[in-house]
Amino acid sequence: MAQETKNTEKKAGGTGPGTKLLIGEFLNYKRIWLLSFVLTAAFAIIPVIFFAVLDYNLTQRSLENDAEARASRLASNTWRSLAFFLDERKNALNYVVQSNSFEQLENTPQLTEILDFLHESFRGFTDIGIIDATGVQRAYAGPHGLAGKNYKDQQWFKDTMAHGISVSDVFLGFRNVPHISIALRHTTSDNTYFIIRATIEHQLPKILSEVKTSGNGDAFLINARGVLQTSSHYFGDVLKKTNIVLPLATDQTRTMTITLEDGQDLIAAFRHIPDTPFILVVLKSKKEIMSPWHQSQVTLFQYLGISISVVLLWIWAVTTYFVRRLKLLDRKRSKYFHMAEYENKMASIGRLAAGVAHEINNPLAIINEKAGLIMDMAHFKEELKKDTRLLETVSVILASVKRCSRITRQLLSFGRQTQTAPVPLTLKSVLDEVLVFLVKEAQLKNIFIDIDVPDDLPQVVGNRGKLQQVLLNIVNNAFAAMPRDGRLSISAQKTDEPFVRLDIRDSGCGISPENLKHIFEPFFSTKTNQGGTGLGLSITYGLVQELGGRIKVKSKVNEGTIFTVYLPTTIQKEE
Amino acid sequence: MQILLVDDEKELVSTLAERLGYRGIDAHWAVTPNDAISMLSNQSYDIAVLDVQMPDMNGFELKEQMEAICPELKFIFMTGHGSEECYDEGCSQTGEAFYLVKPVEIDSLIEKLNKIMLDGGKR
Repeated sequence: MAQETKNTEKKAGGTGPGTKLLIGEFLNYKRIWLLSFVLTAAFAIIPVIFFAVLDYNLTQRSLENDAEARASRLASNTWRSLAFFLDERKNALNYVVQSNSFEQLENTPQLTEILDFLHESFRGFTDIGIIDATGVQRAYAGPHGLAGKNYKDQQWFKDTMAHGISVSDVFLGFRNVPHISIALRHTTSDNTYFIIRATIEHQLPKILSEVKTSGNGDAFLINARGVLQTSSHYFGDVLKKTNIVLPLATDQTRTMTITLEDGQDLIAAFRHIPDTPFILVVLKSKKEIMSPWHQSQVTLFQYLGISISVVLLWIWAVTTYFVRRLKLLDRKRSKYFHMAEYENKMASIGRLAAGVAHEINNPLAIINEKAGLIMDMAHFKEELKKDTRLLETVSVILASVKRCSRITRQLLSFGRQTQTAPVPLTLKSVLDEVLVFLVKEAQLKNIFIDIDVPDDLPQVVGNRGKLQQVLLNIVNNAFAAMPRDGRLSISAQKTDEPFVRLDIRDSGCGISPENLKHIFEPFFSTKTNQGGTGLGLSITYGLVQELGGRIKVKSKVNEGTIFTVYLPTTIQKEE
Repeated sequence: MQILLVDDEKELVSTLAERLGYRGIDAHWAVTPNDAISMLSNQSYDIAVLDVQMPDMNGFELKEQMEAICPELKFIFMTGHGSEECYDEGCSQTGEAFYLVKPVEIDSLIEKLNKIMLDGGKR
C-alpha cells in the first residue's frame, strides 16, 4: 500500500500529460515578445520614415528646380546686359560708316579724330582700321601702325565678309590688356564692300563682376573651344583652357548640373551670345543654395530620430508589460490547473483507500469475532483453558487483526479528506496518518524519523486533507533531499500567538540561497530533468495559506533544511 | 439489557451475539432489515446495533423505521467504513462516540452499550 502511494505521490510531483506542453508554451514568450515588438514597431515607424524620405526627395527636387530657375533667370538678365554692351559698340561703328564716306575714312587724321571721339564717348576703343574688300587695311588709327597690312586670309575677315559682322575671341592686346575686336562689313551706295574694325578694351568682366558679387555664384564667358574669355572664380584666369562640357549653342538658356574635380556640385546656366563666340556661364554652388535646407532637414531628422526612439521605447515598455502579464497569468492559470488536478488525484487516492479499507474491514471483523469467540470459549470452558498453544495462536490472530485494523483506520481517515468546513484536528493523528505511507520508504533509505509532538498541544483548525497534503509534500521533499541515511525531525510546539509551530527538519543536501528565494514560486524546480514540475512546494504554500497559516524555510547547503509551518489553533477560533 | 444486532454478515452477528451472551448480555440478531423489524414487533429491545451498509436498506433508513415502531430504542452504528457522508450522517445521528468502525473490540462495544444505557445516547 505504501509502495502504491509512493508511486502516485511521485506522479503528483512529476510530469502530468499537460506539463510538457505548458513548459513548451512558456519558452515561447521571448518569441511572442519579439514578434509583437517588431510588428508594432514596423507598423508605427515605417510610415513615418516613408513620409520623411518622400518629403526629403520632394523638397530637394523642388529646391533644385528653383535654384536652376534662378540661375537661368540670372543668366538671361546678364546676357541682356552683355548683348546691350556689344550692340552699343556695333551701333557706334555702324554710325561711323553710315555718316562717313569711304574716302573720308581712308583719311588717317580723320580716322584718328573718329577714334578719339569714340574713345571719349564709349571708352575702351584702342584702335580702328578700314579694310577694303580685298583684305588690305587702307587706313589705321591706333598705337600699332598696321596700315597696309593684308588680312585676306584671316578667318575673321572671311567671317565678316560672309556674315556682315564678327566679334573676335579675347586676346591680350595693347599693354597686355584683354581686348576684343569687332569687325563690321559696310555696303556702300555703289555696291562695294569695306570693313571697319575696332579693337576695344574688354569691359565685359565689369558687367559680370556685378553678377558675381550678387550671390555666391560665378559668372564668366567662355568660347566654344572651352577657353575662358573672362576670369572665373572656379576655373581660373582669362584665356585659360577649361574642360567644361558645353551644351549645344541655342538661343535658349540651358541649365545643367556640373561636378567639379573636388566633387563639388554646381548648378550651371549657359547662354550663347549671338554674333559672338561667347557663351555666358552662370554658376551657383549647389551646396550653398541647399545649405539652409540641409540644416532644416538635419533638424527634422533629429526630431524624427527622437520621436522614433520615444515610440520604440513606448512599444518596448508596453510589449514587455503585456507579455509579462501574459506569462504571469498563464503561470497562474497553469498553477491552478495543476492544483485542481492534484486535488483530484488526492481525492481519488482517498476514495480508493477508503474502498479498500471497507472491503477489508468486514472480513477482518468476522476474523476478530471468531477469534474472540475462541478466546471466550476458552475462558468459559475448562478443557480449552488448558490448551495454552491454542490460546497463544488465537491471541496472535487477535493482535494481527488489531494491526490490520490500525492500518485500515488510517486509510479511512486519509480518504475522509474532501470535507470542506474547517474542523478541529489533532496534529499528531494527522501526522501519523501521513507517516504511515512513508515509514516503509524511510526504512529502505535508512532514515531515522524522530517525532516530538507534545500531548497537550492545542488542536489545529483546518481541513484534514489539506493538512495531510502539506505534511506529505514537505516530508516527501525532505526524503528527496536525503538519498540515504539521514534524520527527519518533526517537532511541534505552542506559540504566544494562537498558532502551533511545526518544524520539519531534514539532514539533507540543503538549498542554495539563490534557489531558496524562489522555492515557493510555481514552476521553479531544480529537478526538471528528473521530471519535476516545480509545483509541489507552491501547492504546499497555497494550501498553508488556505489553512490560514504561514510557511517559512531555512536552509544551509550540505547541512539540511527546516520547513516551519504555523497552523491556526482552536484558540483563535474561540477568540 | 436486550440488544438487537443487525448486519448482513451472518457470521459476524451470530458470533457477536454469542460472545455478548457469554458476558451476560441478551443479544438477538438479524441479517436483513425486514427480519429486524419483524423481531422488533414481537419483542422490545433496549439498544439496536446496526450495520450501515446492507443490501436492501441502509442503517439510517432502518433506524427511522425502527424508531417509528419503538421510539424508546437507542442505536449504535457499526460499519466497515461508510463514505464520508455516511460518517457525517452517522455521527450527527448518534454522536461520534456511537459510530463504530469495524473491527470492534468486544470490550469497547460493551462499554458503549453500558454508556448508552446510562446517558440515553444522543437522539
